[in-house]
This record gives sequence, structure tokens and C-alpha cells, in this order.
Amino acid sequence: MDWNAFHLSLQLAAWTLVLLLPIGIVTGRWLAKTQTRARPWLQAFFALPLVLPPTVVGYYLLVFTGTRSPIGEFIMSWFGVSLVFSFPGLVVASILVNLPFAILPVQRAFEAVSNELHDAAACCGMTPWQTFTRIEMPLAWPGVLSAAVLTLGHTLGEFGVVLMVGGNIPGETRTLSIAIFDRVQAFDPLAAGRMAGFLLLISLVTVALGYGVLERRGQQRQKSA
Amino acid sequence: MLSIFLEHDSPFLGVDFQLPIGTLSAIVGPSGSGKTSVLRAVAGLLTTERSRVSFDEDIWSNTGARCFRPAYQRPLGFVSQTFGLFPHLTAAENVGAALTHLRRRERSREAQNCLDIVGIGGLADRRPNELSGGQSQRVAMARALARKPRLLLLDEPFSALDHSTRKRLRVELKRLQDALAMTVLFVTHDLDEAAELSETLVLLRRGKVIQQGPTRELLRRPSTVEAARLMNFVNLAKAKWAGSDASGITLHWGDVLLTAAKGPKSQPDDTIHWTIRTSDVFLVKDNHPNESSLGTILPAKVVEVIEMGSSALVSVIVNNSGGEVLRLQLRPGALHRHHLSKGSSVKIALHAQAMVLLDPSDASLSANRAKSKL
Repeated sequence: MDWNAFHLSLQLAAWTLVLLLPIGIVTGRWLAKTQTRARPWLQAFFALPLVLPPTVVGYYLLVFTGTRSPIGEFIMSWFGVSLVFSFPGLVVASILVNLPFAILPVQRAFEAVSNELHDAAACCGMTPWQTFTRIEMPLAWPGVLSAAVLTLGHTLGEFGVVLMVGGNIPGETRTLSIAIFDRVQAFDPLAAGRMAGFLLLISLVTVALGYGVLERRGQQRQKSA
Repeated sequence: MLSIFLEHDSPFLGVDFQLPIGTLSAIVGPSGSGKTSVLRAVAGLLTTERSRVSFDEDIWSNTGARCFRPAYQRPLGFVSQTFGLFPHLTAAENVGAALTHLRRRERSREAQNCLDIVGIGGLADRRPNELSGGQSQRVAMARALARKPRLLLLDEPFSALDHSTRKRLRVELKRLQDALAMTVLFVTHDLDEAAELSETLVLLRRGKVIQQGPTRELLRRPSTVEAARLMNFVNLAKAKWAGSDASGITLHWGDVLLTAAKGPKSQPDDTIHWTIRTSDVFLVKDNHPNESSLGTILPAKVVEVIEMGSSALVSVIVNNSGGEVLRLQLRPGALHRHHLSKGSSVKIALHAQAMVLLDPSDASLSANRAKSKL
């Protein structure tokens, strides 16, 4: 069992979640309420990682954030890090790949908050921020929780884009899924099987916990009805 | 005065009217007439291309001066058709949501007080899905009243309720308005509801004000054909203007001479529309003199009798009138006492005071257009 790889996977999942969830909430909320004609295009853009092979996303990340690219040069000169074959690069890649998992459930949840409630809140004297925090967020939180669970689970198991952008550097970019691939390549099925089983268990527990919380909340609502 | 001027090109909205403060006013119109849009624009939930809304000296919006106060800054309460209660909050928390400027303890005390006012103090801990339609309406009302608004806006407040709850809550609204001396503006498509509750009435159709005035006066005397149709005046007829003197205006209705106490000025032989309420057309006995305190007595023939529970609608054609049908409302008892049936000969009385002469609606519309251009 490669504990280093497991630790790195957890770190990657945590960073992705912390950075992506606010982006998901803001973007999902905006997409739910905006009247812009570009909405279908924007939605398509955010959903792209769902339909594109991870290698394509990884390829473009390499092209646009490589050290010879203007973006890569800029990041290197300002932050002193390279986004290719490094942990920060993995986080950026992971955020991009997980955009649909963080945005779509949140968007659907905010869409379900009716305009009538917005009107009622405004006529109660609530500012838009108060309406967001006191009315919208409490009603949309199951969607936010779903987004968090999906992002976490998906990041733990992310493989293609991690391999393309990060390669396989122990302690730096070798996550658990890369380590499994590595063990299979090295004809070590026992280690690969152990890690695969562990990853399966972790993913199952994460998703089951998320669904459990949602279900308990639903039951509480039914009881109060 | 609550002053409302709103203009929008598509969908069309063009209203300009004032309502007295401290009273209950109603906007009535069929579906799609723009009444909810007016209410939402007053609340600041809808913007129109041109608008000027003010309450007393307080200007809420004025597109000319680029002034617009958002809904949360307007001192008003709003109850929508489906009440808009926050589903994750209890009744008390729903009311408390309008009291965010108060401290927590003060807020819950004031919320309880508001629930007590509307008679559901015992339901403070219930969530909206545990409340009946009538109870939800009261919570919404308590929430709207919580901020002590200067204006209370109600959008079809009783339409989602059953008949008996609706009747009970109408009485309570009237009681509440009397007690708080608040300005209330509500919209409804139900003319009876508006007649029962409001002191001032605004008739709206296709985004335009057809007529506005004190409810009692307006219900008795529509000014245009359009207004009369909107208020379900089923007796609409055409006559020729014959002349006017101190006793009133004389009309030729076919070969029949009618008198109306007042009406718009016209020229001899001009066509003029007139109407009379079904309850103002009286059936008189055969031996009744032709002129009496009841008005002009006219012989007629019954063409239809429809009995509807507590009343009956009798359609008659007055002899030599040109064939236009007049309808009168009778109690079923009177129907049987007079032995009325299709083909019966009767005498009816039309009083000059009850006769309402109308501006043709096209003429009044063009007048409105000219006024709006000014």
C-alpha cells in the first residue's frame, strides 16, 4: 500500500474541494438566475469535461500552461511554480476537470428556488445578500452537498488528466490511482488490488455518507410534514 | 396620494392613476390585463420602460430622474397569490424574516405579536407544509404587516382558497384595514370581491385603465361600453340622442321614447349606447299608469326565463324598440306570482336615474391616447 500516494490523493481532493466549491456555488447560482443568451454556451463549456476524454483536457492544459506558454511563463515569473509535473498543476487540472460536478448540481438546486421566494424576501426588506444567505442557501444546500460529494469522490479517483499533467512523480504527483496503474505495469497485482480495493471503499463511504445525510434530511422534512 | 404612472411597450402597459391613502383600493381586470404587473411594478419587483411611482412625497421610482428604489427599500408589504412562504422556516420565523432589523429576542416577540393579530398565534412553530391554505394566507399577511408598511399590496390574495375561507378572510382583511388605517391595494379578477372590499376601484383591460373612481359610484355608472362589459352589465343597447332639457336627456330607442337623468353631451340623431342594471329594471302590473314614480312604463314580451337558485333572469323585448333584448332579475317567487313564461306580455319600468348613457369605448380610448400624448 502506497500511503504517500493515498496522502497525496487526499490532499488533492481537499484542495480541489476547498477551491472549487466556492467557484461552483457562485457560478451555479449565476447560471441559475442569469438571462444571458450565452447561457447554453456557458453551460456547454462547463459540462465539457464530462464528454471529453481526460487526455484531451490534459493535452490542452499542457499546451496552455506549459513553461513555454505565455500563461506558464506568467505563472512561473509571478508565483515561481510550474503547473506541469507539479502538485499545484494537479490542483488546477483537477479543478477544471471537476467543474461540471461542482456547478451542475448547485445550478439545479438554485433553479429550484422559485422567483416568488426572491420577491417575498425583497418585500420583507431583505437585501440581495440576506436573501442569498437566509433563503437561497438553506434551500439549495442539498445541491451544494451533492456537488461536494461528487467533487471529492471524483478527485480521489481521477486518473487520465492527472497522468497527462502530473506524470508519475512519487510524493509530488503520484496519486493513488496513478500508483495502482504503476503497480499493474510492474506486474504487482497484489499491491494494485489492495490499493484498488481501498480506493473503492473510500469512494463508496464518501458517496454513501453524502447520500445518507441527504436522505436523513429528507426524512426529517417528511416527519415534520 | 399613491400615484402610479407606468408605461411599457411590449407587453403593453400604460396606466396613470392616483389612489387615496388610508383606504382599500382594488384593481380589477380579466386575466392578462396587466393588473399583477402594475402591483409588481409598484412593489419594485418589475421595471417598466417609463415609470413614476410615489407615495405621498416619497418617490419610489421616476425613470425621468433615473430614480429607482429596489423592493427591499420600499416601505411596503406584499402578499402574493400563492403566499410565497419560505418552506424551511416556521410560521414565526417566516414573520421574523421581515424583522431582520430587530434583535433576535425582540424579533421573535414581535413575530408572535403579528401572528396573534391575524389570529394564528398558536401555530407559530408550524412549517408552511403543515398549514392549510387559510392559515398560510394569514402567515403571509402577518409577515407583510410585520414591518408596519405604509402600503400593503395583495395579489389575488383569496384566489387559492375555498369559498368559505375566502369569505371569512375578506371580513378579516376589512377589519384589519379599519384597525390599522393602512393603505391597501389589491388586485383581483373577481368584481364581487372588489365591490365587497374596496372603496376605490380601478378597471384595467389590456394594460389600460378603462375607468377609475369610488367603487359604489363606478359599479352603478360605468362610463364606457368597455367598462360596462367588464362589469357584467348585460343590458347594453343603442339609441338615438333626441334632445335634453332640465328633466334630463331624451332618447329614441326604436319608436320608444326613453329619458335618462344625465349623460354625455351629444347631437340630435347621434347614436348613443346606454345600459341599465338588471336589478334596476322593474316588472309592473298591467294596470299601472304609463308614467309614474317608477319611471317610463313600457309594454314588452318575455323571450326567455332562466331560473338560477335564488334568482331568475328574465329576458324581454320592449314593443317597438327595435328588437334589442333587455334582462331583468327577479326572485323566483315574483316569477311565479306574475305567471311569467316565454311569450308572456308584461310591463316594465325604466327609471331615468337608473339609465346610464355611455361614451362609445373607441371614443374614450382615443381621448385617453390624446391625454397620454400631452
